[in-house]
Amino acid sequence: MTAFGFVLHSATLHTHLFGTDHAALSSLFDVMVFFAWGLILTFLIVEYVNRTPVLGSFVLPLAVLALIFAATVREDLQVLKPVLSNIWLHVLMIVSGTVAFALAFAASVMYLLQERLLKLRRFSPMYHKLPPLDFLDDLNRKSILLGFPLLTFGIAAGAVWENFSSGSYWNWDPKEISTALTWVFYLMVLLGRVLVGWRAKHAAYLTMIGFAGVIVTFANVE
Amino acid sequence: MHIVTAGLNHKTAPIKVREGLAISNGDLSCVLASLKTLSAVEETMLLSTCNRVELYGATRDIDAASKELHQFLIQRNPIIAPDQLAQHLYFLSDDDAVRHLFRVASSLDSMVMGEPQILGQFKDAMEAAVSQGCTGVVLNKVLKKAISVAKKVRTDTPIGEQAVSVSYAAVELAKKFFQNLAEHSVMLVGAGEMGELAGRHLVNHGVRQVMVTTRNFQRALEFAKQFKGEPIAFETFKTKLLHTDIVICSTGAPYPIVTAQDMINIMRMRQNKPICIIDIAVPRDVEDDVRDIDDVYLFNIDDLQQIVTVNLEERQKAALTAEAIIQEEVGTIMGWIKTLETIPTIVALKKHAEEIQHVEVEKVLARLPSLSAEERKIVEGLALSIVNKLLHRPLVTLKEEAANANSAMYVDATRRLFSLDEDHRGNK
Repeated sequence: MTAFGFVLHSATLHTHLFGTDHAALSSLFDVMVFFAWGLILTFLIVEYVNRTPVLGSFVLPLAVLALIFAATVREDLQVLKPVLSNIWLHVLMIVSGTVAFALAFAASVMYLLQERLLKLRRFSPMYHKLPPLDFLDDLNRKSILLGFPLLTFGIAAGAVWENFSSGSYWNWDPKEISTALTWVFYLMVLLGRVLVGWRAKHAAYLTMIGFAGVIVTFANVE
Repeated sequence: MHIVTAGLNHKTAPIKVREGLAISNGDLSCVLASLKTLSAVEETMLLSTCNRVELYGATRDIDAASKELHQFLIQRNPIIAPDQLAQHLYFLSDDDAVRHLFRVASSLDSMVMGEPQILGQFKDAMEAAVSQGCTGVVLNKVLKKAISVAKKVRTDTPIGEQAVSVSYAAVELAKKFFQNLAEHSVMLVGAGEMGELAGRHLVNHGVRQVMVTTRNFQRALEFAKQFKGEPIAFETFKTKLLHTDIVICSTGAPYPIVTAQDMINIMRMRQNKPICIIDIAVPRDVEDDVRDIDDVYLFNIDDLQQIVTVNLEERQKAALTAEAIIQEEVGTIMGWIKTLETIPTIVALKKHAEEIQHVEVEKVLARLPSLSAEERKIVEGLALSIVNKLLHRPLVTLKEEAANANSAMYVDATRRLFSLDEDHRGNK
C-alpha cells in the first residue's frame, strides 16, 4: 500500500517540480513534499532489504507530518526568499541529509523503546515487533554516516551560492546558526561513535536531540 | 464420494495405546499394501507419528468404511483388547474429516500447537501412499489441498513464529539483541539440561562460537565436544566474559557465582558493549543487582516462562485466524467433491443422447438412399444440433447445482427423467 502511494506521490512530485513555472525545489511546499518522498523511498528500500515492516510505524508518520505541513503552506504557495530560488543542489543535499537524519531519529526511538522493554523485561507485542537492538543501532550509525556528508556538502553549496548572491559566505542569520549547530552536533555524534566507541544508547539519545535541531532549522527557513 | 478419517491421537489415547498402534517406517509399505485390499475404502493414506495414528480414506459408503477402518486398526494391535482400543478411536466423515485433516497438517491438532514437524511427516506419509498407489483422484486432491492450507496458515498467521519452550525462548531473546548470531559467541556456564538445550538451539541458529565452563573441567571438556566448542576453566571464565555477548547460566551452585561487582568490572573492560545474560539456574547463578548495571540485560527462568506464556497466548489467537482459513478451504474442497457426484450423471446423459441421435440418423438415412454426401451431412447436423440444444440447459444446471446442497436431488431427477439407470446399470 505504501509502495502504491509512493508511485502516486512520485508522479505528482514529478509533475509539480518539472511541470510548473516556478523553479524546482524553491518553495517550502516543494521541500516538504520532496522530503516526504525521499523518506518514503528510503523506508521502502530499507524495508525491502531487511524485512522490518515495523519501521514504517516510526518512519511513515514523519513523512505524513511533513505532508500535512506541506498542505498547510500550500494555500499561499509560499515562495522562499529569492536567494533560495535557484539553488536546487543546495536544497537537494540538505533535504537528502534530513531524510537520513529522520531515519536515524526513527531508529533511535525504536532502539530506546526496545532497550527499555528488554531492560524491564516487558515482553509485549511491541517487543515482538521491534527488530534486534544491534540492527537498530547499525541503522542509526549508517544513516548518520550518510546524512552527515550530505549536510556538509549542502551547507557548502549554500555558502557558495550565498557568496554569489550577497557577497559573503556566511551571514550569521538564525537559520545559518542553527544549521551550524546541528552540523557540529552530528559531527560530535559521529566522532563519538567512531573514535571514542560511544554506547548505542547515548548515541540514540543524541540523535534524537540532533533531529530536534534539524526541525528548528527548518522552522527558521521561512 | 466421502472423505473419512479413523484413528487416535494424543488427546484420545495415552502413550501406551499409541505406541501399540504406531507403525514404523519399515512396516509402512506392508501396511499400505494391506490397506489397498480394503473393499469399502477406495483410496487411503496412513499417518503415523508419535502423537497420532490416523487413516484417511475416500469411500462411497461411510458406514462400511467406518467398520472396515476400525477393524483394520484393531487388528493391527494384538496387545490391547478390541473393545478397550475402540474407546480411544474416533471416526469422522465428510466436512468433519476434511477439517480434521486440514487441522492436522496445519499443526492445529498437534500437542504443541504450531510445531513445524507435522507438515513434513504429513508430506512423507502422503508420498508413501501415492507411490504405493493407495490414493486416487479424490484423496490426492484433498491431501494436496491440506498441504497448501497448512502453508497458508503458516504464512498468513504467526502460529509458528514464536518460541513456546523455555530453551527456545532463550534463543528468541538473544535474537532481540543480535540480528546475526554468527557474529557473536555464547558462553554456557554449568551443564544443566536447560542450558544444554538452549546451547544446542543457539548452535542451530549459527552462533559463532560456544564456550563451555563447569566446575568439573573434565565435564566441560565432554560438554564442549558436543558443541564443537571451547572448554574454559571455571576459575577463569569471568575474564572470558569480555569477549562473549550471550551468557547462559545453569549451574547447580547454591549461591550466585556472578556478582554485581564482577559485572561492573567486566562492563568497564567491555567498554559497555551490551551483554545478554540468561540465568536458567534455580537457585539463581547471577546476583539480582546485576540487572541495575547499564548495558547488562539479565533474564531468569521466570522471564523465559513469561515469554513462553505470552507466545502461547499469541498462538491461541493465531489459531482462531487459522481455523477461519481452514473453514473456508473445507467449503471449497467439499464443493469440489460434490461436483464429482454429478459427473457420472452428466456423462451418462450425454451418452444416452448420443445413442438416440446415432440410431435415429441411421434409420432416416436408410430410408433415403438417394441423398448426396452433402445432404447426409445436413441430416446428421440437424440431429446433432437438436440433441445439443435440448441437453444444453439440463447439463448447465447440473454443473451449476453440483456444489450446492440439493445437488443429489438434481442428479436423482435427471436419472429418473431420462431413465439413465435402466440404460446403464452398474454405472451408479
